[in-house]
Amino acid sequence: MRTRTERFLPFALLLPTIAFLTLLIVIPMVQALLLSVMAESDGLSLDNFQRMFADVNFSDAWRNTLLLLILIVPLQIVLALVMALLINSRFRGHGIFLYIYAIPLAISDLAAGILWLAVFTERGYLNSTLQNAGVIDQPVLWLSFDNFAGILSAIVIAESWRATALVLVILIAGLQLIPRDFFEAADLFGANRLRRTVHVVLPLLRPSLQSALIIRTIFAFQTFAVVFALAGRNMPVLAGEAYTWYATNRNEHVAAAYAVVVLGLTVVAIIVYLRVLGLREAEVQR
Amino acid sequence: MRGMSARAFALAAAGAILVTACSTTGTPSGGGTGADQGKPFVFASTQFSPVTEQENMRKKILAAYQGASVDFVTDQSAVILNRISAEAKAGGEQQIGLVGIENGEFAQLVAAGAFEDVTKVADKHKDQKIPQDMLTLGKFGGSAQVYIPWMQATYFMVASKQALQYLPTGADVNALTYQQTIAWAKNIFDKTGQKKFGFPLATDGLIHRLIQGYFYPSYTGGLITTYRSADAATMWNDLKELWKYSNPQSTTYSKLQEPLQSGEIWLGIDHVARLIDVLKAKPDDFVAVPAPAGAKGRYYMSVVIGLGIPKASPNKAGAEALIDHLLKPETQILTLRENSFFPVVDVKMPSDLNKGLQLEADAVAKQANSKDAKVVPLPVGLGSKGGEFNKAITDTFVRIALKNEAVQTVLDEQAAIIQKIMTDGNIKCWGPDGTSTGACQVK
Repeated sequence: MRTRTERFLPFALLLPTIAFLTLLIVIPMVQALLLSVMAESDGLSLDNFQRMFADVNFSDAWRNTLLLLILIVPLQIVLALVMALLINSRFRGHGIFLYIYAIPLAISDLAAGILWLAVFTERGYLNSTLQNAGVIDQPVLWLSFDNFAGILSAIVIAESWRATALVLVILIAGLQLIPRDFFEAADLFGANRLRRTVHVVLPLLRPSLQSALIIRTIFAFQTFAVVFALAGRNMPVLAGEAYTWYATNRNEHVAAAYAVVVLGLTVVAIIVYLRVLGLREAEVQR
Repeated sequence: MRGMSARAFALAAAGAILVTACSTTGTPSGGGTGADQGKPFVFASTQFSPVTEQENMRKKILAAYQGASVDFVTDQSAVILNRISAEAKAGGEQQIGLVGIENGEFAQLVAAGAFEDVTKVADKHKDQKIPQDMLTLGKFGGSAQVYIPWMQATYFMVASKQALQYLPTGADVNALTYQQTIAWAKNIFDKTGQKKFGFPLATDGLIHRLIQGYFYPSYTGGLITTYRSADAATMWNDLKELWKYSNPQSTTYSKLQEPLQSGEIWLGIDHVARLIDVLKAKPDDFVAVPAPAGAKGRYYMSVVIGLGIPKASPNKAGAEALIDHLLKPETQILTLRENSFFPVVDVKMPSDLNKGLQLEADAVAKQANSKDAKVVPLPVGLGSKGGEFNKAITDTFVRIALKNEAVQTVLDEQAAIIQKIMTDGNIKCWGPDGTSTGACQVK
């Protein structure tokens, strides 16, 4: 017979999480929503959204954010998957690789941006290395305002370097959850390493891939420190505009409108992921 | 055993950091004699926010001050201004005894009547020859002296000596016009193939100040009133031309000292504090010269930081004593040496001044004493609208120079945005635009 304590225990254990989420996520979210629809004087209005849409940077920010998302997320997932499989094959010294891969995780994104700026700037490490090697005569302006492809590539490289480790950690945890007997069974049936990866590892890794994709996509919508450092004023992104409107332009209402747009995009992306990569009943019950 | 000692070491290190951190947060200065010098008070400022500058202020600039105990507090503008106005509203005796803020920041608090009239203090320092126009600025059109000027900063041009050989014929580097500056940058490009002019165009660069205090008034004699005038169109076409010979990575430059030092650019105009590092590091490689002149004169922006005594000050005599200390010639020179802000009182520059500082000091003097020099204050009265105003100005540059949009269309559209800011905030004209009874109007 279940006692009263047993019946209430799950709720009691959930309480701290719920309190935490309410305090730090739900309340600020509601506040942002309210701010975005409040007029500067008083009362409700859509002025803030109109100002956002009319702003010089809005369409660029929208395009750049999506472009970065499309370029960075798949690249990082593939890279992280390769790295995770490599580490999980437990070759000699695989532990060192994990440490090296994880270093960027300890660096703040703005610091990472500044670091890569030192690489890509006109008199940076990249140009001086290429010049010393005799590959180029004159420094190449990778970050020139009219070199959109150059700036974009620099950001993609910097972001991949900085945040791939995050995906990697999630995937390694997922790999380690796969029971060894599946591999033994596959070996028994004579599967080679490739077939084992495709037919055993990847399907069983799907829940981890899903979490990694969701987390990485949320972060991709929030990217801006690296972009600020490498592109300055050249490449507005949605999260960066929210920050600029709040901190520099001192208008928290338009900033909140941008935040609401980012929130909306994130929710849509998560729903898509849950649908496309959704776990089937059988897998949940496993 | 090894684990234990490592943990002990970590604990000790953490403790040491904690102790150091605590010891640097506002150790009160002065008050060493123990005599009755009145209540301790807070000296609140929007300046010297970098940690090294705070330390210089507390440990060096305030070291010789013998009055009541002072706690120097600095933070972002909004934080300090909120605190001052909150104390003013509360009335009675509060904590802040003295404030050291920028002219435009005073303007936001003047209407609330937060400050004592310090005319008497100004009279006491008459012999020190604080420039009359600065004192007038500190009256905000009334009769009461709201603040005593404390220190000043400005913007000027720095050029690499490598660039001097490309100076257009007949141009005097100490009295350039904008036309000559453009010709100079073009000449460098024609001869070397490199774009060597720099704009501080990063998101935290000060491009808006250059447009507000240098380009606009020099070309049009105004800012708001002349925003979409024919003179303004001429100016923007010139800037567009100059942009052709400017380093296209300017959009990543927040302080021009870095690209100047690396050699990415040879020429540029920026704030003194954003040029000092390169001038200190390589004083022999650069010249510091006045900003160029336009058809309406050689306008330059003067950043004046003033000292005001709040009505709610807990120790007004103590605050006056601190003003006396900060205005002493030796304190003013110490402030220049340590934190690169220039004296407002008449001082004889010491001969052992750092070479870079000497370059700056000379440039500041040359700029102020140019025949056609005219001074512009930082925007006045914008308050919380300042950010959006700066954005409207910078967006104009981005649209015209970077995005290559049609000049007059952009000017008309951005002028409408600026007019809305002026009207919504009922902001009166200032500086080169003269005065207005109602909100400042774009013509």
